Amino acid sequence: MAPGAWTATGIRAAVAAGDLSAREVCARCLDRIAAVDGRLHAFTTVLEDAALARAEEVDAHRGAWRDRPLLGVPVAVKDIICTRGAPTTAGSRILAGYRPPYDATVVTRLLDAGAVIVGKTNCDEFAMGSSTEHSAYGPTRNPWAPDRIPGGSSGGAAAAVAAALAPVSIATDTGGSIRQPAAFCGVVGLKPTYGRVSRYGLLAFASSLDQIGPLTRTVEDAAAVLQVLAGPDPRDATTAEEPAPAMADLLPGNVGGTRIGVPRAALAAGVDAEVLDAFNAALALLAERGAEVCDVDLPHMQYAVPVYYLVAPAEASSNLARYDGVRYGHRAALHDAAAGVPEMYARTRSEGFGAEVKRRIMLGTYALSAGYYDAYYVHAQRVRSLIRSDYDAAFAGVDAIAMPTTPTPAFRIGERIDDPLAMYLGDVFTVSSNLTGLPAISLPAGLTRARLPLGFQLIGRPFDEATLLRIGDVLERDAPWRDERPPVSA
Amino acid sequence: MELEPVIGLEIHAQLLTSTKIFCGCSTTFGAPPNTHVCPVCLGLPGALPVLNRRVVELAVRASLALGCDVQPVSLFARKNYFYPDLPKGYQISQYDQPLATDGRLQYESEGRQVDVRIIRVHLEEDAGKSLHEGFAGSGRATHLDFNRSGVPLIEIVTHPDLRSSAAAADFFSRLRTMFRALGVNDGNMEEGSLRCDANVSVRPAGAERLGVKVEVKNINSFRYLQHALDYEYERQTGVLRAGGAITQETRLWDVAGGRTLPMRSKEEAHDYRYFPEPDLPPLEVSAEWVAAIAESLPELPEARKQRLVSEFGIAERDAAWLAQSADATSYFEAAARAAGNAKAACNWIMGPVGRYLNEHGVEIGDLRVGPERLAELVALVEEGTISTSAGRSVFERMAQSGASARSVVESEGLAQIDDTDLLGAAVREVVDGNPDAVASYRGGKTGTLGFLVGQVMRRTGGKANPRTARAMLLDILGGGH
Repeated sequence: MAPGAWTATGIRAAVAAGDLSAREVCARCLDRIAAVDGRLHAFTTVLEDAALARAEEVDAHRGAWRDRPLLGVPVAVKDIICTRGAPTTAGSRILAGYRPPYDATVVTRLLDAGAVIVGKTNCDEFAMGSSTEHSAYGPTRNPWAPDRIPGGSSGGAAAAVAAALAPVSIATDTGGSIRQPAAFCGVVGLKPTYGRVSRYGLLAFASSLDQIGPLTRTVEDAAAVLQVLAGPDPRDATTAEEPAPAMADLLPGNVGGTRIGVPRAALAAGVDAEVLDAFNAALALLAERGAEVCDVDLPHMQYAVPVYYLVAPAEASSNLARYDGVRYGHRAALHDAAAGVPEMYARTRSEGFGAEVKRRIMLGTYALSAGYYDAYYVHAQRVRSLIRSDYDAAFAGVDAIAMPTTPTPAFRIGERIDDPLAMYLGDVFTVSSNLTGLPAISLPAGLTRARLPLGFQLIGRPFDEATLLRIGDVLERDAPWRDERPPVSA
Repeated sequence: MELEPVIGLEIHAQLLTSTKIFCGCSTTFGAPPNTHVCPVCLGLPGALPVLNRRVVELAVRASLALGCDVQPVSLFARKNYFYPDLPKGYQISQYDQPLATDGRLQYESEGRQVDVRIIRVHLEEDAGKSLHEGFAGSGRATHLDFNRSGVPLIEIVTHPDLRSSAAAADFFSRLRTMFRALGVNDGNMEEGSLRCDANVSVRPAGAERLGVKVEVKNINSFRYLQHALDYEYERQTGVLRAGGAITQETRLWDVAGGRTLPMRSKEEAHDYRYFPEPDLPPLEVSAEWVAAIAESLPELPEARKQRLVSEFGIAERDAAWLAQSADATSYFEAAARAAGNAKAACNWIMGPVGRYLNEHGVEIGDLRVGPERLAELVALVEEGTISTSAGRSVFERMAQSGASARSVVESEGLAQIDDTDLLGAAVREVVDGNPDAVASYRGGKTGTLGFLVGQVMRRTGGKANPRTARAMLLDILGGGH
């Protein structure tokens, strides 16, 4: 099996059958990371020894664990998800050297499924960013074009899968952080319904928006990993009782009679021509396979970005208060003995947080302050429910809503770093599914003339990831770009 | 111009659960520092709260007992502030949609009926504890103990309906009694499981408008509450009488100095930036659940008091005292039934029994004289076998030895002289020896009879049955009054 063809389902089958040992798979994975990641910087930590030891454990239990759905599958975990005893930095200096004493629920579930965690992937600090340039540990490069960003905040996760450093990455999506880098790197990125996957052990950015999901090379892999991650967790009160869907029945998908809505009005301006072309080509392909494509109206979608940039920073300002230098993480050295605790807080947080995080903490603190709360936070929450109503109304007539994942392909490193507004506006198509909690997937939709990947996004009804995966499987199977690979060689 | 104090209370009560409000850590007091902790109550990155169902049950119990409406849906909110013993940088509390609202507590204080309206009862988590002494490096460094972090609390907020420090202290004390009876709080103020802040202002008596309020924190006993309120009343009236103005501020009760000290001014007040807690879904309490909890409530002190008055015909004040404790109430009920005389049983419990308990620091449940034994003693006194004063000493013996009343009376020879032959000599001697008193009685001063009875008692060493002696004296004196 060539590394480029590696999929979770393929590896699992080979390991279960005894054709490959988990150790061999893991070693190849680590070799490839060693060979390639110096240029990409997808990983903040590679867990070589732990991964090999774990792979050997899997091999030792191969008989008993035969039915485990991710047997021997190497998985990269975004560095904002807790892995016991292994560094978990959230891309921040304030957590340099921090090793959590417990595993996130998703990590426990991956291990129970037989997976091998190979490392932690780079991200924008506390997932705040759309380019992975806001990592305290340096940017990640796009495997398709090393002078460009891989997207963010899960840039490392997307780059790792695109460059075949791991068949699966687990990441988080608060405003598009799985889907946008998936689009920019040409892989599949799934943000499940809010409440579908436990957030226990995810370092919170915006608690009402954060959701964990997979980045994979294939839709089939996304389905397999979602099944492992999904389901209620007694440690997360916001998980839904909804049992994990039985994905095995979904694939191969077909779209005969499936109604797909397109918010044409929202695509009228500000979208790159090549992005629109690719989007329309994907729609045409689905229509050819039997889908019914029609227009839908999402009148409040234009407010999604401003609403998002009030709600998310407000929650973040509170979620990040715990990084105060008292119990763990970075603590500023105080040379003045007379300096008190408030001084320690101020210095620790000034030194520990990067510019984007500080910007959002200040925005959020302001939005929650006495005298502004009603005008900003409360108002934003009201518009948020209007946006959700738009979607509910639209889903009365369609099974899924399609739009491009991003208005442009990946931009150059440094291009938007000093223009936060331009950076934020790039989230126009992704933030609304976080505000509404709806599931959404980004699927590869071909390449631009400059060979930069583009994403085709589908948004579904609550807990109806199945429809998204079914449509995605059709698109993937029949798309002319299915065998395109980034120019990264070991 | 008379100035009256206007007082409202905010009381924090720790709920008697075995585990914390949002995690499974133990709530046991006194464990070595940081041994009852986990990622959740330490606020480690990524940890999430999950609400303890038992906490809600106990809070609903307390709310129902305070006559509150339990809300079908309430919301948790984050109260944001930085403090080293607050591990998440926010406290999970409830804000604009609390668990329960609009209750009231009515009681008697200083002979007056007091009616205190409860604004709200809400749930929240406790913070950790800063330890400034007792460790190597103390003096240079503060140590933190997070065992208390995440311990469940309810906060009870009253309207400013209290008009005296005594009434406020009574409120606090009644709440404690009630919560103990309900099993929602252990009432242990030294361990901090019941704490009180007071809002106090003064205004011309009877005025409508409230004065500028001062919040006094750190009060952990009824006595301190009364002292702190008295101090604040004096301080504020002093300021006003001197032509000054009260500034809105938070003050701290200084136990050692017996005074309140400024803590922070209104300008320094925190902006807590409350917003709904996104990690916890709205708390839904169904009508069925509330009904089931209401069903399980024990009889509360107020209801118990009413019942004792109507069922046994005892005085309200006595009933109120008995009703404060379930043990005292059932002791009384058993004694009253066995003695067939509720008022006498009540007088004994309020008198000699209560005194004995106080002097010896014994709980009524641990008293060696059970209610049936007390009833026997009461009967011996009532039927005149022994005098009331002899009965008191018999009780002391019983309490110490555990013996029955009858055996103490017999072994001590305390039975009263009821025999008219035996008493006759003593009565005759008293009549002969006190001609003035006899004359005075015959002249119409009937009150002298008591003196003469007393003389007979004295001659018999207290063993005479006073009723018999009195009848015999009347015979001789020709009274028939």
